[in-house]
Amino acid sequence: MTTQTSRAWLLSAPALVLFAVLLLVPLLMTFMLSFNSFDFYGGIGTDLSLANYAEVLGDSYFYEIFGRTFLIALITTAICAAIGVPQAYILYRMSPFWRSITVLIVIGPLLISVVVRTLGWAILLGNKGVINTALMDIGLIERPIRMMYTSGGIVLALVHVMVPFMVLAVWAALQRQDPATEAAAESLGARPRTIFFRIILPQAIPGVLSGSLIVFSLSASAFATPAILGGRRVKVVSTTVYDEFLNTLNWPLGAAIAMLLLVAVLIVMLSWNSLVERRYGEVFE
Amino acid sequence: MAFLELHGLTKRFGAFTAVEELSFAVERGSFVSLLGPSGCGKTTTLQMVAGFEAPTEGKIVLDGKNLAGIPARERGLGIVFQTYALFAHMTVEENVGFGLEMRKVSKAERKRRIAAALDLVHLSHLGDRYPRAMSGGQRQRVALARALVIEPQLLLLDEPLSNLDAKLREEMQLELRRIQREAGVTTLMVTHDQSEALALSDSIVVMDQGRLRQDATPFDIYETPQSSFVSRFLGKSNNLSARLDSTGSEGSALVCGSLRLHGPLVDLRPGPVEIALRPERIALVDPEAGQLRGTVAERVFMGNQWLLRIETELGDMLVMRYNTGRAEAEEGEVVGLDWKPEDIRILPVEETSA
Repeated sequence: MTTQTSRAWLLSAPALVLFAVLLLVPLLMTFMLSFNSFDFYGGIGTDLSLANYAEVLGDSYFYEIFGRTFLIALITTAICAAIGVPQAYILYRMSPFWRSITVLIVIGPLLISVVVRTLGWAILLGNKGVINTALMDIGLIERPIRMMYTSGGIVLALVHVMVPFMVLAVWAALQRQDPATEAAAESLGARPRTIFFRIILPQAIPGVLSGSLIVFSLSASAFATPAILGGRRVKVVSTTVYDEFLNTLNWPLGAAIAMLLLVAVLIVMLSWNSLVERRYGEVFE
Repeated sequence: MAFLELHGLTKRFGAFTAVEELSFAVERGSFVSLLGPSGCGKTTTLQMVAGFEAPTEGKIVLDGKNLAGIPARERGLGIVFQTYALFAHMTVEENVGFGLEMRKVSKAERKRRIAAALDLVHLSHLGDRYPRAMSGGQRQRVALARALVIEPQLLLLDEPLSNLDAKLREEMQLELRRIQREAGVTTLMVTHDQSEALALSDSIVVMDQGRLRQDATPFDIYETPQSSFVSRFLGKSNNLSARLDSTGSEGSALVCGSLRLHGPLVDLRPGPVEIALRPERIALVDPEAGQLRGTVAERVFMGNQWLLRIETELGDMLVMRYNTGRAEAEEGEVVGLDWKPEDIRILPVEETSA
């Protein structure tokens, strides 16, 4: 080994150790745990089998939870793209002074603790919350609209915190494009609408795709937001894992569900990524 | 009436005047360059002709029509940008066809015209490539084809060759001239590269600090610059301060340091002047024979020529000699410098503007 590479390894060592101890080891232990048997009276058994996986994959209850989780993640991603793309474009067109202020506002939701932010949503969305009270006082509705403990409420709160990731990814893609392309399209006779849809948006697509990847995977594995806004009624995969571990105390089953979530998200990410590579590898660097 | 006319064009950005009272004309079918150092207002002028910037004062008349208030997309001009500004997500054919698509040209007609445009720039075989997979020179040609395919009244080139390496740039100069002639399109090019302007243009408009300094053919602008700035900006020049004693039909009498020189007749009053002498017009002669004596301080071999810096009592003089197969002088050698009186250019002293 040359000194150059050994120095590189040495410099990377702290991060690698941290990564191994805090991520790989627990992950590996969870993986092992998912094969253990469980008995309500005897606790975690020592015999290994695929029984936990069979239980999850054979029960429609879990399919429903997985389905709901991915639907929430998918809708969140779609809404984030719909909000984030125009927002990123406005950001891209702003003067540097206003841009720096606006960037701060955009990433604002990320600066607030997830629990505080979500409890804030709970205050807004509850049956006796700000929105329902206001609507009833105006007289627009007679009975409160149920927003707490619904998938819609979860999506709303997730979009709030995920939009910054989409905005930043799309903005980065917009900055990579040559600003003269807009002038070029205009000189060739394109109207502002055409320029946006034919020139700017297609060049921002790689940013939308990478932003979607981040938003989807974070939404699918989000815990605090669905735990507070969904409660026991609207379960997603991560809250189910939490319940198995801490309420039912069936750690092996919880571990199996967690592993399945990991694999499912990984499959979605990798196939998404290869799709992007295939489609845009030739076009963009 | 010329094809394109600029009348008293002025552009101010707040207190800063980018272009001031600029007027010139471009004849139909000709190739005109706007030449000047960076920040001289040439790009702003191009932006105003293109319709991306509105003039503060003055007007632009194209083919008898005032362009004021006509948006860029309706001017129908072909523009080649410095960065080429190709649409990265479209193939070469889609790039070239974009302008036609905006004009709602039928598909069959579009196909024919795209093919003709790509043929003109010698890129017919690369129609389905993406810009990313092309070299700088090829991208340049795509940008040209895209601008020309809409059959523009006027072609605008913004520093078209500045992103190419030196060898490719020379090739593209010839190519650009051929394409422009073949398409027969009136062309206005912005450049800071004097050799590019000299090689390509029918006429050059030299700008400095927002103003027009000289508007003439490349030959005239090189041979008879009308100001110190133009003489120094185009090609190399030895500029010396001198005093004009008298001028008449038999020529001018000048005093430069301790030297008495003769120059051509000029339309200037006696007094302080500047004289300019091109390095290639100075001959190396016997130390006793020339008009000026000096020591060769530096000698640079450039292949086809030698560039010499000679220390004289008037200061450093640059001399350029063709390489005829032998060195004309060694470093440290004392030589005589000689020139013909008619090679001297007598220029007014530049008012030093802040």
